[in-house]
Amino acid sequence: MSKPGGHPPRFRIVGERAPRPDARDKVHGLLRYADDFALVGMLHAKVVRATRPSARLVKVDTRRAEAVPGVRCVMTAHDVPNNVLFSDVPGQTTAVGPLRARTQVLADDVVRYLGEAVALVAADTEEAAEAAVRLVAIEYEDLPGVFDPEAALSPDAPQIEPTGNVISRWKIRKGDVETGFREADVVVEETYRTPLVDHAFIEPEAGVGWLDENGVITLRVATQVIEHFRDVANVLGLPHSKVRIIAPYIGGGFGGKEDVTVEVFLGLLVWKTTRPVRLCYSREESILSPTKRHPFIMKYKHGAKRDGTLAALEVELISDAGGYAYLSPLTLLYGIVHAAGPYRIPHVKIDGVSVLTNNPPTSAFRGFGSAQPAFAYESQMDALARALGMDPLAFRERNFLHKGERLASGQELETAVLLAETTRRAWSALGPKRQPSGPGKRIGRGLASALTAYGRIVWLHDWSSAWVELQMDGTVLIRTGVPDIGGGQAASLVQITSELLGVAQEEIAVHIGDSALTPLAGTTTATRQLYMSGSAVHKAASELRATLVAQAAELLNVAPELVELADGIASVSGPAGKQVSFKELAAACARSHRPRSSFAIYQAPAGQVMDFETGQGKVFPDFTFGAQAVEVEVDEDTGEVEVLRLAACYDVGQAINRNSVEGQIEGGAAMGIGYALLEEDKVAAGITVTPNLMTYLIPTALDVPDVTTVILESGEGMGPWGARGIGEPAMVPTAPAIANAVFDAVGVRMTRLPITPERLWRAMHAAKVD
Amino acid sequence: MRTIEFTLNGERARVSVEPHETLLGVLRQKLAATEVKSGCERGDCGACAVVLNGKAINSCLALAVQAAGRSVVTVRGLGGADHPHPLQTAFIELGAAQCGICIPGMLVSLYAFLEAQPRATRQEVREAIGGNLCRCTGYHKIVDAAEAAARHLVSLEPRS
Repeated sequence: MSKPGGHPPRFRIVGERAPRPDARDKVHGLLRYADDFALVGMLHAKVVRATRPSARLVKVDTRRAEAVPGVRCVMTAHDVPNNVLFSDVPGQTTAVGPLRARTQVLADDVVRYLGEAVALVAADTEEAAEAAVRLVAIEYEDLPGVFDPEAALSPDAPQIEPTGNVISRWKIRKGDVETGFREADVVVEETYRTPLVDHAFIEPEAGVGWLDENGVITLRVATQVIEHFRDVANVLGLPHSKVRIIAPYIGGGFGGKEDVTVEVFLGLLVWKTTRPVRLCYSREESILSPTKRHPFIMKYKHGAKRDGTLAALEVELISDAGGYAYLSPLTLLYGIVHAAGPYRIPHVKIDGVSVLTNNPPTSAFRGFGSAQPAFAYESQMDALARALGMDPLAFRERNFLHKGERLASGQELETAVLLAETTRRAWSALGPKRQPSGPGKRIGRGLASALTAYGRIVWLHDWSSAWVELQMDGTVLIRTGVPDIGGGQAASLVQITSELLGVAQEEIAVHIGDSALTPLAGTTTATRQLYMSGSAVHKAASELRATLVAQAAELLNVAPELVELADGIASVSGPAGKQVSFKELAAACARSHRPRSSFAIYQAPAGQVMDFETGQGKVFPDFTFGAQAVEVEVDEDTGEVEVLRLAACYDVGQAINRNSVEGQIEGGAAMGIGYALLEEDKVAAGITVTPNLMTYLIPTALDVPDVTTVILESGEGMGPWGARGIGEPAMVPTAPAIANAVFDAVGVRMTRLPITPERLWRAMHAAKVD
Repeated sequence: MRTIEFTLNGERARVSVEPHETLLGVLRQKLAATEVKSGCERGDCGACAVVLNGKAINSCLALAVQAAGRSVVTVRGLGGADHPHPLQTAFIELGAAQCGICIPGMLVSLYAFLEAQPRATRQEVREAIGGNLCRCTGYHKIVDAAEAAARHLVSLEPRS
């Protein structure tokens, strides 16, 4: 199947700063998010969570909890029909051993991390449910825990799974690194560490479930994945058709609402009580419950020749999966494929291992295993350039991959690779360098480039589907199972349809995110919705357009080529042409038995599974390329880093909504600033000591500068009109750019995130003492 | 349980509350004011901000009884879809709302701030929303929209 597109001479609305249809309800407070919804007789649910990171459950006594007035139901592992959840990627069609990952719905026998769910309570009031939670008596027998991923690799470490702590290994082999390092004149070797990070969406995990009039368990929840209806059905032992998930507009996802959160708990309680049930996590619970971003330990060794060409790369990645696998094996796969960065390196050896510990479980988070290595490889590029006495930009340009060349994993870059241009443009957009604001202040500048995959792994056979319909009144309806997590996922589909059908956005309604009533579109993850569902809607709308043009041509008695669709009217080109309204067209279609609707499936190009021994093969459909440049001021007395300027340049293929593209880049950069300077879920012996937004710090309006965004449009992406995805790529280069700017300012290489004032002060102090 | 009265978006609200109930809880659960969002329930995120007698506060840190006899304004009190406040118009046009969950709190903070300081600098606007966390936007377009709205509000002021 070929990609949709081709280039019309100009666009009507694509590429414009079109106001998003969802914005109106959001600014007027009219939108009902997952927790803004109630039903008559609704029960309030709470989760009883383990207070130990590694322990055997000797006894879980629920009798006192059940006796609390108003408590309707207390459930433990023994009440769950199938107490197992598989973290397979929805739509996965290829059985790949290491990807099979299991969690228990409610802890049975042992708990592997602090906060693991042990029991569920549903009561008439939230207060009664809270009282009952406190009265569930859990008797623990502490087990030895392992909290350090490197220690967990030892055969002497406590083994969390009977099969061992290692849950996946991936590798890439290209050339011969020993030869490569012999040819190198300069070798830079360093170990980098990134922290455990919370998604910290402002809307906690939440939802309401009920039994509908057809006996279907219906769950209206904040989720990126309505396909979890299958998981709920599997846990309950019900046919898939007996569970339905509805995703209202979501208050932020970032990967944290990709794995199952409240869905299965709500499903169990609705099934058990037959009453409507509400469950909304507290902020503390949101931070304690799965999942988080993986801490990575990254051992990097690069060799380069005196002329500035890269000769060899050896990498070892260790990812801390926490207590359960979730999507850790896949995240690590992304990690190894991205680990060499967007560079041409003849000899490459990459090894990755993901290991279980008794820390909080980790899984999907914007960047999905590609953000961590970007911090390492871009810090390395900066260090190599300085070791060679070269300009960091010139050094990168010498080694950037070009279109037609191959990644270390053997995948050919088949579309435009604007690495040099995005990097130069980001760098020059910083403008003239500022002067320090006072004594003891140092200004520095840093740069980072990156490639980030968008779209699902090609051997998972991704697809999306959509339905576009002309209503009898001449307005248009879109149906597609896309969850909108705030990136403008639904709005882009409206804009695409508006462009193709010549109908104003206001005349188009979009129904999204309902596993029973909207055609499935796959997950809002992997920066795939514009690419996948954008393409499905493009296809459906194009087919509908062809029908409408044929009908109009018949009515107007002209050749179809002469029919134009604009402003809800079909007309004949040229002055004083005849015309017919879409309303009349709809009636004519009905009379002539022409369908007024079109359903389309878009199937992504699929590929073979990579060679696991060499890591060679095509893994991703395509990549987004871009760069960020920052200017920082470092306070030498306190170690504080302030980001003064941030410029970003990306090739987005084709911007569909310019505001949304900029919004992703600005928001991604802000998240990257948090990653670089502020955010760390601190865990001491398995106990999270930052369980609120007072101790877990995300950037405020005072921590983020205005972002200068430069958008390039090669038209060569895989989405509609050659669009690429931008959601995840937007945050990837920020942290290394900041670390490189800090080095530029004070000459200290920070190898651990976040770069807190204390860490930087100590590093500067140690450097001075040396 | 005690019955309190206050003005909610210009209309009289009468509700029975326990002394320990927060304003946030009463607004959301007893008065159906679900436009007031709950993000942390401890004053860290600002999603629950409302305007109490002209001042933006975190309603999760206020007791409902403190609202007795006073005026509470939520984002729905700024202007409806038919007659939006300039802030709301600017937020739509400039793409300042992404997921939107922080926006009701963000808007009332800016509303109270611009009422007091319509000629604020960009930095002052950033300070005014320093207690309203947003995880999506990076704040850039929010500050742009606030400035655009401020310019519009100033242009409407009667000349002295």
